[in-house]
Amino acid sequence: MTNREMDTVIKVENLTKRFGNFTAVDNISFEVKRGEIFGFLGANGAGKTTAMRMLCGLSIPTEGKGTVAGYDIFKQPEMIKKSIGYMSQKFSMYEDLKVWENLELFGGIYGMSDKVIKQKTDELMLNLNFEEERDKLVKALPLGFKQKLAFSVSIFHQPQVVFLDEPTGGVDPITRRRFWEMIYDATAQGITVFVTTHYMDEAEYCDRVSIMVDGRIEALDSPENLKKQFHAKNMDEVFQQLARKAKRGDN
Amino acid sequence: MYAIEVKNLYKNYYSDKSGKFAGIGKKTDIENDSNLVPLQGLGAGISFDVNRGEIFGIIGPDGAGKTTLFRILTTLILAESGTATIDGFDVVKDYKKIRKRVGYMPGRFSLYQDLTVEENLEFFATVFNTTIEENYELIKDIYVQIEPFKKRRAGKLSGGMKQKLALSCALIHKPSVLFLDEPTTGVDPVSRKEFWGMLQKLREQGITILVSTPYMDEATLCDRIALIQNGQFLKIDTPKNIVSQFADTLWAAKSNNMHKLLEDLRKDEQVKSSFAFGDSIHVTVDNGQLTVDSLKKYLIEKGHENITIEAIEPTIEDCFMELSTTQI
Repeated sequence: MTNREMDTVIKVENLTKRFGNFTAVDNISFEVKRGEIFGFLGANGAGKTTAMRMLCGLSIPTEGKGTVAGYDIFKQPEMIKKSIGYMSQKFSMYEDLKVWENLELFGGIYGMSDKVIKQKTDELMLNLNFEEERDKLVKALPLGFKQKLAFSVSIFHQPQVVFLDEPTGGVDPITRRRFWEMIYDATAQGITVFVTTHYMDEAEYCDRVSIMVDGRIEALDSPENLKKQFHAKNMDEVFQQLARKAKRGDN
Repeated sequence: MYAIEVKNLYKNYYSDKSGKFAGIGKKTDIENDSNLVPLQGLGAGISFDVNRGEIFGIIGPDGAGKTTLFRILTTLILAESGTATIDGFDVVKDYKKIRKRVGYMPGRFSLYQDLTVEENLEFFATVFNTTIEENYELIKDIYVQIEPFKKRRAGKLSGGMKQKLALSCALIHKPSVLFLDEPTTGVDPVSRKEFWGMLQKLREQGITILVSTPYMDEATLCDRIALIQNGQFLKIDTPKNIVSQFADTLWAAKSNNMHKLLEDLRKDEQVKSSFAFGDSIHVTVDNGQLTVDSLKKYLIEKGHENITIEAIEPTIEDCFMELSTTQI
């Protein structure tokens, strides 16, 4: 069976990362299924970023095991990097490059051929109704356009899974919702979405949500089940109940 | 006298058509030069007043002009036109007096990373000709939380601790008006709640607070708010009044298939807008145009089950979206 046919895109067991005597990620285990939207929540300093860096092949775990897109996170981090996409609000595209130049750069980095890059760029410009923006510098685009484009860039090479690190921070309410509609479209194409957010209404849009507290996953289930389990009327209440218990500061 | 009084303030940054930064221009420039495109800033000329002891929120997304406004009011940049006063002092003529009496916490962490917590605080106290002891009462509640780390360099602090130190430093000279530019951006929901608790306490001590945020749910914690987008104020009022002025009928809808529900609602021409809102979809319709029953019937025809549609009170986010200039 090839990797693409497998149903589990992310699988980690007892994953741990220590820095000296500080345990940033403490023995976490979970699986993410193909096409799923997996929300990865936690207070500042709970260990989300460290965990995400391990899943992206950027940091080798201290203990545990795991695969992402079918590749081992200890032995095949370079293969993982090729099979995933990444986007954050802080960095996603080069502002001083034009729209098409960004697509060419990222496509090239991921080893796409010139022909495929050109063909996919044409398709994308058409689908996003972006023909007029093609030759514009990214920094001249309105924020809503940038958001859409950044997400499109992150899945341009058709990764198996895309990691979205607070993708909607500071974005206006309508653009934020449009962005989630794009996420749904991507999952319809079979792309798996791993997303962090501080907006608790967005936690409701995920198929399943995990909440990290002090390096551990304290809760993992569908938003509906979590609300039942914690007798909460929304995900914000669930989060407040769990994250208040945190002992360590956000280091 | 108002703590802050702003009349017709205007400032814009422009780029040429390729997106290259073309400098800062006047309104007439852009109107006469079709090659100039506004980047961000305060485009339309904004006016508002803040009463003494009020928490006034500037609520809006990135690029709306929040930081530009804060920089003009804290005398760091000049406006293109219009006037602004802080405690009656003009931001241009009396800038030295203003700098003595305002506290400013910029959006980006801007304390000295190589100084310790204590040294930073002492530095700011000295610059303002005071001592930590003299105004300790004011910062006590906030500072005790970081005092155990007072020998640690500011650059080595966690995000939440940096935020508390920055607030302490902005308060150490007992300012009359406090400017907080996005103090909670990127901060988790628990820490955000805690931070707003601190602001309420400061207000009780008579400090006027102008605070900006992209989080709409923080609006209700302000006495009055201005909703801002693309350099324009969409509305200025108390959160309660803004909610009561919501013009449309608002429903929350659910069914067994939420993705399809959104699609089907958008196909109905009598539905003005529909957007996901946590676990339901908020639907706006013109008053008296459509009934719950007829919408339900339409959705049943489309194959939905377990449909619930109920009238709800709008949130500030609903109001922002109704007033928003973003294309639906």
